[in-house]
Amino acid sequence: MGLTMTSVDSLAAGPLFGLPLPELWFGLIFTMLATFLFLDGFDFGAGAIFALLETDDERETVLAAIGPFWDGNEVWLVVFGGALFAAFPPAYAGLFSRHYLLMFGILGALILRGLAPEMYEQRHDKAWQRWWGRAFVAGSVLAPFLLGAFAGNWLVGSGRSLTLVGLVVGVTVTLLTVVSGAAFLQLKGSERLPEAVTTYGTAATVGYLLAVVVTLAVLAMRLPGGLGALLDPAIVALVLASIGLAAGYVVALRREQSLYALGAAAVLTYGLVAVVAILMYPAIDPATEATVRDTIVSTLPLNLMTIGASLLLPLVAIYFVVLYSAFSGPISPEEAY
Amino acid sequence: MIDPVIASRLQFAVTTIVHIIFPVMSMGLAPFLIYFTWKDIRTGEPIYEQLRRFWTKIFAISFVVGTVTGIVLEFEFGTNFAAFSTAAGELFGGPLAVEGMMAFMLEATFLGVFVFGRDRVGDKLYFVSSIAVGLGTWLSAVWILIANSWMQTPRGYELATENGQTIVHLVDPMAAYFNPRFSYMFVHMQNAAVESVALFMAGVGAYYVFRHHVWGYPVENPQFWEATLKIGLIALLITAPLQVLHGDMYGRHVAETQPQKFAAMEAVWETESYVPEYIVAVPTSVDGFTDPRAKELFGIGIPGGASWLASGGDPTAEIRGLNSFETEAPPVAIVFWAFRAMVGLGFWFILLAFWGGYRWYKGQLLEDGLLHKALMGSSLLGILAVELGWIVTEVGRQPWVIQGVMRTSEGVSPGLTGTEATITLVGFVGVYTALLGLYTYVIWRIIRNGPPSRDELRSVQADTLTSEPGPTPSQPTPDGVDDD
Repeated sequence: MGLTMTSVDSLAAGPLFGLPLPELWFGLIFTMLATFLFLDGFDFGAGAIFALLETDDERETVLAAIGPFWDGNEVWLVVFGGALFAAFPPAYAGLFSRHYLLMFGILGALILRGLAPEMYEQRHDKAWQRWWGRAFVAGSVLAPFLLGAFAGNWLVGSGRSLTLVGLVVGVTVTLLTVVSGAAFLQLKGSERLPEAVTTYGTAATVGYLLAVVVTLAVLAMRLPGGLGALLDPAIVALVLASIGLAAGYVVALRREQSLYALGAAAVLTYGLVAVVAILMYPAIDPATEATVRDTIVSTLPLNLMTIGASLLLPLVAIYFVVLYSAFSGPISPEEAY
Repeated sequence: MIDPVIASRLQFAVTTIVHIIFPVMSMGLAPFLIYFTWKDIRTGEPIYEQLRRFWTKIFAISFVVGTVTGIVLEFEFGTNFAAFSTAAGELFGGPLAVEGMMAFMLEATFLGVFVFGRDRVGDKLYFVSSIAVGLGTWLSAVWILIANSWMQTPRGYELATENGQTIVHLVDPMAAYFNPRFSYMFVHMQNAAVESVALFMAGVGAYYVFRHHVWGYPVENPQFWEATLKIGLIALLITAPLQVLHGDMYGRHVAETQPQKFAAMEAVWETESYVPEYIVAVPTSVDGFTDPRAKELFGIGIPGGASWLASGGDPTAEIRGLNSFETEAPPVAIVFWAFRAMVGLGFWFILLAFWGGYRWYKGQLLEDGLLHKALMGSSLLGILAVELGWIVTEVGRQPWVIQGVMRTSEGVSPGLTGTEATITLVGFVGVYTALLGLYTYVIWRIIRNGPPSRDELRSVQADTLTSEPGPTPSQPTPDGVDDD
């Protein structure tokens, strides 16, 4: 079926085009993680803001705004997990088994978040909707918090589920999702949502910057490289750029240039994940000091996956363009089926 | 606290047994939804819009629950089976990653368009999105079954020891991905999904047809339920005989490639020839239920039937007994009874299909109350048969996680404690019981509320906009809609 033994041999001989594939896959899995944290992040943030809204119409508008998107957004987590498993099996196995309870915490939060909107829409009595609304908020806040905690523990190589680094990174990531969520709701909810959404976005941005400062201070204490590791020019540049972007975000949000605000939130998210990746490299599992090159799969499967990803990821990008352009502009709660 | 190995296996069993229900629903519904969408767009007849909208609701909730329970499985390989994941990452991780990018992305993005976008996109893109969602669910099965079938009949690999650990290296991807089991598994699973949904549709349709035609109660949209019953019955007539036909080939393939599993399916302990296949098997002692042995069963059997099945036509063929293998036998009672129940159900579905088909041919489909009751009672049995089939497949593979290569007990995460594993096991039993309860409740509500009434339909509204204002069909809303 196409692949003859000779082509398999040549695929097993060396990396495709002599590319530094272990490093590229290290970059790719963090890009997938960042894409998840941005795309599903605004769903999570919308879920957090849902808690602050008062009328049924406002709440239904939030649910309608994320309705068509969240499932596709969440698949980036599946793709991240799958790619980590496929490219760095020992790192995937080590990380997921060491943070055992944390991983199931994340799964529990995702189950709540995914199920709650479906349940909320089923019945229109007050008690039912109040409880599923709470479940939706709890899932939306806990999922990014626990994911952030996982990322923090991963970075400093902690074996425990609850650590100071995990706590501050968890808070940082959760606030960042609210930043994205506010911009997304301004874009999709329009005049149905109160002005206060802008205030929530601004407040979350200020909170996010403070959380970043606290995180950096904790990292300076906990990372083996100490403060020196943080003074890497790339990290300094990313932190400074984040401050500028945060300011730009607030201005755009206040002028109701929602798309610009959402773009700024996206860059903030990729920047945060980049900081984690830069601090970690060349290790991929700092707890065992295993590096990218120690844990990468052998050449043949790596080349095959590289070909697969190069063909499939552009297609995935097209799917997302189709989805987001089909639902451009505000979405009203009446739309379905 | 339970031993981490036992707890991990139980947890994986619980999470897969619950998860598989949702992909069966979405994969099985996919071809129906593509058909309804096509007919709705082409004909504009209200019945097809009703069918599309009603079954899309059930598809959407199944998909969402399938997503959240599916992520659990992907994580569990790392959390609970880290040693397996480290050893087999090259062969097992790759298909999972490709499944995510190729299949899951396709279905999850176009699902948004398909469920929410009818008024936002044109007919063409809407139809394309129904195909994309359906194709995505089936491509998903391709990659998941590549990974699973490789665990049953591993090919295209080499073993190496690195840092004291056994690592499975991929050397021949085509041999590994298209291993001997894959095609059997894929055909059997996909047909089973469509058959399960066909039974579900026929059962749901039969319920309202029974109420309407046999009991004489007023039912909203009777023609919708009649159509549902008929479409389900047609699909059952096609899928039920096929399932048994290729099930027979599948069984023979198991006998060739996993003789230990086959011996467990037949409870053959000593190697012998001319082994009968018991259609009805009753143990002669109480112990026989938990420890069935072919020699000690009282039953109605086809002489030489099991030998015939294993060899592909030779009733005198030899079957290797469980005692002849070096490894301990899988839990024979579970495999033996699950296999029998699955096969029994498979034949019952054929009978049901022909019974319904015959009544329809005679023009009595809507009046035969006994048939309706049989269909109602069988509406969930297709899913049960799928569960039983997977139990035979997975329990029958024990003690191996990768047949002949790695034992399940060696695959569990080395650092996992009994306490952690027990906490999550108990958590999953609780959460998944609630999840199943909620899913059942939602599906029940969707069925009770029925399809959208005719004046809610796009096709009807378009008509009333263009034609002269006539007497609009004023139908009362179906009982039970928004009554709470």
